[in-house]
Amino acid sequence: MAATLFRNVRLVDPASGYDGLGALLVEGGMIARVVRGGETIAAPEGCEVIDGGGKLLLPGLIDLRVKTGEPGSEPKETLKSASRAAAAGGVTSIVVQPDTNPVVDDPSVVDFILRRARDIELVHVYAAGAATKGAQGQRMAEIGLMAEAGCVYITDADHPIVDSKVLQRVFNYAKGFDVLVAHRPADPWLSKGAAATSGEFAGRMGLPSVPAIAEKIMLERDLALAEVTGARLLVDQITTAGALESFKRARDRGVRAVATTSINHLSFNEIDIGDYRTFCKVDPPLRSEDDRQAVIEAVASGLIEIVVSAHDPAPAEDKRLPYDEATPGAVGLETLLPALLAFHHEGRIPLIDLIRTVTSAPADLLRLPAGRLAEGAPADLVLCDPNAPVLIDAAKLASKSKNSPFDGRRLQGKVLRTLVDGRTVFQAG
Amino acid sequence: MNDSAPYTDAGLSEALGRIAPFPKRHFLSVLDLNEVEVANLLDLADRFVSLNRQTSKKLDLLAGRTLMNLFFENSTRTQSSFELAGKRLGADVVNMSPRSSSIAKGETLIDTAVTLNAMQPDLLVVRHASSGAAALLAHKVTCSVINAGDGQHEHPTQALLDALSMRRAFGRIAGLKVAICGDVLHSRVARSNVAMLQMLGAEVRLVGPATLMPAQAERWGAAVHYDMRSGIAGCDVVMMLRLQLERMDGVMAPSQREYFRYFGLDREKLAFADPGVRVMHPGPMNRGVEIDSDVADDLSISLIQDQVEMGVASRMAVLATLAQRLDNA
Repeated sequence: MAATLFRNVRLVDPASGYDGLGALLVEGGMIARVVRGGETIAAPEGCEVIDGGGKLLLPGLIDLRVKTGEPGSEPKETLKSASRAAAAGGVTSIVVQPDTNPVVDDPSVVDFILRRARDIELVHVYAAGAATKGAQGQRMAEIGLMAEAGCVYITDADHPIVDSKVLQRVFNYAKGFDVLVAHRPADPWLSKGAAATSGEFAGRMGLPSVPAIAEKIMLERDLALAEVTGARLLVDQITTAGALESFKRARDRGVRAVATTSINHLSFNEIDIGDYRTFCKVDPPLRSEDDRQAVIEAVASGLIEIVVSAHDPAPAEDKRLPYDEATPGAVGLETLLPALLAFHHEGRIPLIDLIRTVTSAPADLLRLPAGRLAEGAPADLVLCDPNAPVLIDAAKLASKSKNSPFDGRRLQGKVLRTLVDGRTVFQAG
Repeated sequence: MNDSAPYTDAGLSEALGRIAPFPKRHFLSVLDLNEVEVANLLDLADRFVSLNRQTSKKLDLLAGRTLMNLFFENSTRTQSSFELAGKRLGADVVNMSPRSSSIAKGETLIDTAVTLNAMQPDLLVVRHASSGAAALLAHKVTCSVINAGDGQHEHPTQALLDALSMRRAFGRIAGLKVAICGDVLHSRVARSNVAMLQMLGAEVRLVGPATLMPAQAERWGAAVHYDMRSGIAGCDVVMMLRLQLERMDGVMAPSQREYFRYFGLDREKLAFADPGVRVMHPGPMNRGVEIDSDVADDLSISLIQDQVEMGVASRMAVLATLAQRLDNA
C-alpha cells in the first residue's frame, strides 16, 4: 500500500493532549511516524505528500450509535450507503444498532454484519448486539456468543428494558463476560405515545408529550442496578438537566458508567420543531433550551464523555406525516463534525475537548486501537478545514434517507479527505 | 460362602458397638456439625460401603424402628437411597408423598407434621421446596428429623456423601481444591458442600455465570469465578451442579448452547484442572448442557457412580448415629 505523508497540518490528538503543528506519515495502513512542531518528515520514495496548509488532521471519528436498514429495511439505508455517508463525514468507525430485522440477538447475525462490512471495505463497521431476545426486554440474548463473534457492546437500542429483574440479570451476566451494556434511560409509561417534551411549546402546539423527568426516573434505576451489580453501563444519551444531576451524583460515588449525548440534542431545542418539522422529530424528543444548555455544559466539563450522531435514517414517506405519526430519527453521519465544530467556533468548548468526544473517548470505552494520532495506531484520519463555510443540503447527502434536521443550516467545517487503514475512502471534490 | 448367612464383620460389629455419641436429635444442616462428628460419620459410612457390597446386606440395628420418608418434592434417587438405608439397617420404611395422599389437602405443613408425628415414627426424612421447612418440622415433632433437601438452603446428607466420595478417591479432603460449578444460586447442594468442605480444610471455589451466583457469594470464604477456565484451573475436584433447563432459555442464561460453551464441562475446559482431577455431579445430569457425556461416562475421572453408592452408605451412617439417641434405644 502506498505511503502518505501529511505535512504542515494542525494535529489534534486528544489521547495525548497535543494540539499543534506537525507532520504525520502513513505506511502499511498504520501511522508510522508523528512529528510535532516545525520539524518535518522526509518523504519515502513513491509517497504521496499532502501539504495541509495548516488545516486540521484528526483521528477518524468513532460513532457509537448508528442505525442502518440492513438487514431488513434496505430501502432506507444499507451498510454500504451508511459507510459512504460516514466516510464523507470523516467518521471512520461506526457501531450499528441491533434493532434491525432480524434483530441482532444471535452470533450469526453479528457475523453477517461484519462480513458484509468487510466486503464493502469503506469504514470500520462494528456491531452492537441486543441485550434481550428480539430486543423485547424479556429474555436474555446470547451475550457471550455475540461478544465472541465480535459485538462491541449490547443494547436494546431505543427500547428500554422495563422489567428491572431482567435488566439486573443482563447487567450481572454481562459483567461476567466483561461486556459493556448500553441502555436508554426513558420511563416507558411516561414516554408512551409522546412526540415532544412536555412544556409550554408542546402545550401550545397540542403535541402528545413526555415530561423531561422520564429520563431521570429511568436513569436513577439503571445507575442503581449498575452500582449493585458492578456492571459497565453506557448511558445511551442524556438529554436533560435533571438526568445530568443524577448521573453526576452516581459518578461521584464511583459507579462505572459513561454517558453519551447526541449531536441533535446539542444543536437543537424544542422550538426548532417550529411548524411541525418532522425532521426534528427524534427519540428522545428535543428538549427545552435550559436542558440543551445543561447538556452542552456537561460536554464541556467532561461529565458527558461521548457525542454520537444518533444516525437514524427514515425515508420521506415515514416523515411526510402529521407530526405525532411521523417516524422519529435523523440522519447525522455527514453533519456530525461540522455541527460539533460550532461549539469551537462559538468559543464554548476547546477544540481538543470536542474532538475527544468522538475519537479517543469512544475508542477507550470500546478498547479500540483507533481514535488517536499515535505511531502504530491504525491510519484512520480526517483532514478537515475547520473554517470553510458549508450550507447543508439534505438532497446532497450520501445517505439513502435525507431526513436531516440540519437541512438548510449554515455550518463551518468541511471534510477534505478521509482515510481508513491508510486508504483514502473519501476526498472532497 | 453361604449367601443366607448374616453378614459378619468383626470390624463392623465393633464399630456399631461403639458409635460415637451424637448430641443432636436432628440432622438438619452441615452448620450443626463439627469436624469430629463428620469424621465419625465418614468412618462409619466407610464400613457400610463394605457391607453394601456383600450379598447379605441386612442388619438389625434399627429393628422395630419406623422410618418415614416425607417427600413434598419428587426425588427418586434420594428417596430410594434413604429407603434402602433404612431397610438395610432393619427399620420399617414408609414413603409418604403428600401430593398424592389425603393428608395434604389444604393442610399446613405443621398440621401434616403433627398428624404424622401421631403415627409415632422414629425417624422422619423430609424433602420440601421451601428453605427452612425441615427445621420448622423439627420443632413440631418428637422424632428425629433428617433434612433431605430444603428449598435452596441445605442438603446435608449430599454433602456427607460427596465428602465420602472425595475422601475415598484422594485419601484426604484437607488441601483439596474443589470447584463447585453452575447454578450456585439455586443449589442447596452447593451451600451444604461449601460448609462441609471448608470445615474439612478444602479450598472451595464457586464458578458460574454471575446471574447464577448468590449476592455477595465472595463472603462465603470461597473465590468466585465467572470464567470456567480460571475457575477450575489446578483443581482436584470439579463438582458440577444441575441447572434446570427452563432457567436456560434467556432467564438466567441465554440458551443451552451458550451455557454449554462457557459453563458446560467438556474435555477442553477440564484440561485446565489438575491432571488427576475427578468430576462429580449430584444428578440427575443434563448431558450436553452442563456436562459432556464424554466426561460424565469416563470412569477414570468421573465419581458420579460412586456418589450414588456412597449415598446409601452415608445415609445409613446418619440413621445409625441418630438412632443411638432415640428414646429407649
